[in-house]
Amino acid sequence: MLLEARHLVKRFDVGGGLFRRAGQVHAVEDVSFGIEPGRTFALVGESGCGKTTVAKLMLLLERPTAGEVVYRGRAVSGLSGGALTEFRSEVQAVFQDPYSSLNPRLRVGRIVSEPLLVHNRMSGAEARKRVDEALEVVGLPRAAAKLYPHEFSGGQRQRIAIARALALRPKALVLDEPTSALDVSIRAQILNLLSDIQEEFGLAYLIIAHDLALVEHFSHETGVMYLGALVEWGPTQTVFDRPRHPYTQALLASAPHPDPDHPPPGDVIRGEIGSALSPPAGCRFHPRCPHAFAPCDRAEPATTDTGQGAWARCHLLDAGAPAPVRRGEPARAGAAGRPA
Amino acid sequence: MAVEADLAPADTAAPRPRRRWRLPSAGVPWFSGLILLLLVVCAIGGDALTPWNPAALDLRANFQPPVWAEGGSWAHPLGTDNLGRDILSRIVAGARVSLVVSLWAIVLSGGIGSLAGMVAGYFGGWADVLIMRLVDIQMSIPPLALALILAAVLEPGLETVVIVIVVTYWTWYARIVRGEILSLKERDYVALAKVAGVGSATIFHRHLAPNILNTMLVLATLQIGQVIIFEASLSFLGLGIQSPAISWGLMLADARAYLTNAWWAITMPGVAIMLVCLSSNLFGDWLRDVLDPRRKQL
Repeated sequence: MLLEARHLVKRFDVGGGLFRRAGQVHAVEDVSFGIEPGRTFALVGESGCGKTTVAKLMLLLERPTAGEVVYRGRAVSGLSGGALTEFRSEVQAVFQDPYSSLNPRLRVGRIVSEPLLVHNRMSGAEARKRVDEALEVVGLPRAAAKLYPHEFSGGQRQRIAIARALALRPKALVLDEPTSALDVSIRAQILNLLSDIQEEFGLAYLIIAHDLALVEHFSHETGVMYLGALVEWGPTQTVFDRPRHPYTQALLASAPHPDPDHPPPGDVIRGEIGSALSPPAGCRFHPRCPHAFAPCDRAEPATTDTGQGAWARCHLLDAGAPAPVRRGEPARAGAAGRPA
Repeated sequence: MAVEADLAPADTAAPRPRRRWRLPSAGVPWFSGLILLLLVVCAIGGDALTPWNPAALDLRANFQPPVWAEGGSWAHPLGTDNLGRDILSRIVAGARVSLVVSLWAIVLSGGIGSLAGMVAGYFGGWADVLIMRLVDIQMSIPPLALALILAAVLEPGLETVVIVIVVTYWTWYARIVRGEILSLKERDYVALAKVAGVGSATIFHRHLAPNILNTMLVLATLQIGQVIIFEASLSFLGLGIQSPAISWGLMLADARAYLTNAWWAITMPGVAIMLVCLSSNLFGDWLRDVLDPRRKQL
């Protein structure tokens, strides 16, 4: 494993107001996964489920309340300063908003070379060469280095952000919603670019996304998060073809289907995502789960091996659980359930 | 624009070629630039430029109206005051006080206030609490009351004026710079700099400081006007510049008693104050636009 999350927990203290008690936001609860070089791990889930907090934890922008970030077998989350040099030079990031991720007052060449100049004592000419290389990889002309970010479109800016992330020749990239701020036509370009780069340099990717179609095509492994916790994870094909957790099923069913004859997604997921301030007891999904039964609001479900390398946390998978009540169309049943 | 042109099909040929370095719509502020230049020239030149000795009394020639009014002459283009002193000469001589006070006040209050605001905003925690409560306390003290106390403790004069202004105005910078830093430090480029291992000091001077420059510039130019008025108010009240030194505020105070029979004696320095305040505001707006890289090629 190149980059691992081991039982990451992040809680934020929130101060009490005049009418509110002080409390803790349970942003991330016991999240574990690992990424191999050349592979992509995707985290999916609704907004507010803690995906971005996981990304920040993996980048050491936040310190975990408990658990560890492990890089090349070494726990790095407790380190600081010079001890992090290796990590800081080998793990880079691309964020969602290419308007916020480039300093408007620096020229592109300066933005791309910033990470280089932190870690390598190299001459100006050498740095310029590396910048040219990075710009070439992302398909921008060399002349771009002399311009300011505002002179580029959103897609071009994201290319600049990727060039910057690549300048250090990192081993892993954390991609936090890298395409969701872009036009649909640009998205494919950026994703193809990221795939090509991964193939060429053998990078490990952690991608945070809410676009299921993107995840299905882009990632090798997928983890589904709900209210701070992973509810199901495994090889992407397994998770998408045989979702075992009701939340995964609902998430997949609520995605629009490209086939116009396919029945439209019903309101499979009811209600709002629970409060991270006081997460529901037992299984966190039980207030919204169509199949909730006796133990769900009391006991936290155990992790169950669902076969083909996938895992899920659901009481329905316990031995002796009742057969789930089928309400509406189950996830991805495809043409089989289509009315004649 | 160059890159856009390379990548996009050239189907949007503009009817007229656009100038690459078009200045902001207000254009170069000739008027305000000229006024400020004049202020600087007067402040440096001082007595050497004045047609009359600004302190020379000539009681036979008192209350002479300006040249365009009935009874005025070119000998005293802006007229004379109650003691027969030439008003134009006194305005030229008073420019030095205005400029010196503004520069010192801006450099000191801007420096102290911005530093305090940056520390409070960037580090947060107890530093933030300490600095911002100090600001709150400072802002609850009326500046004129503070001036009275300081003038009683210290000697009234130019230094006291500067001290009062700095103590009053650093809070402006502290509050506004803190707010800017709070928003800037959440930008993704700051997070990415941390991810790349850039140290705090470098993040400060590379990513934060340049981005608050605009705000500080606008504040500083707005402050020029405020400071000149504040200096005039203090001098008017007798807490600032003392006779025989010359300041515009002092001229206003001296001429107040004769407002009904010699309107020009109070109007001329008043117009000088107004012109300089207006010019510094206009000039500041222009400077902000020019210094912002995003405005260069719009």
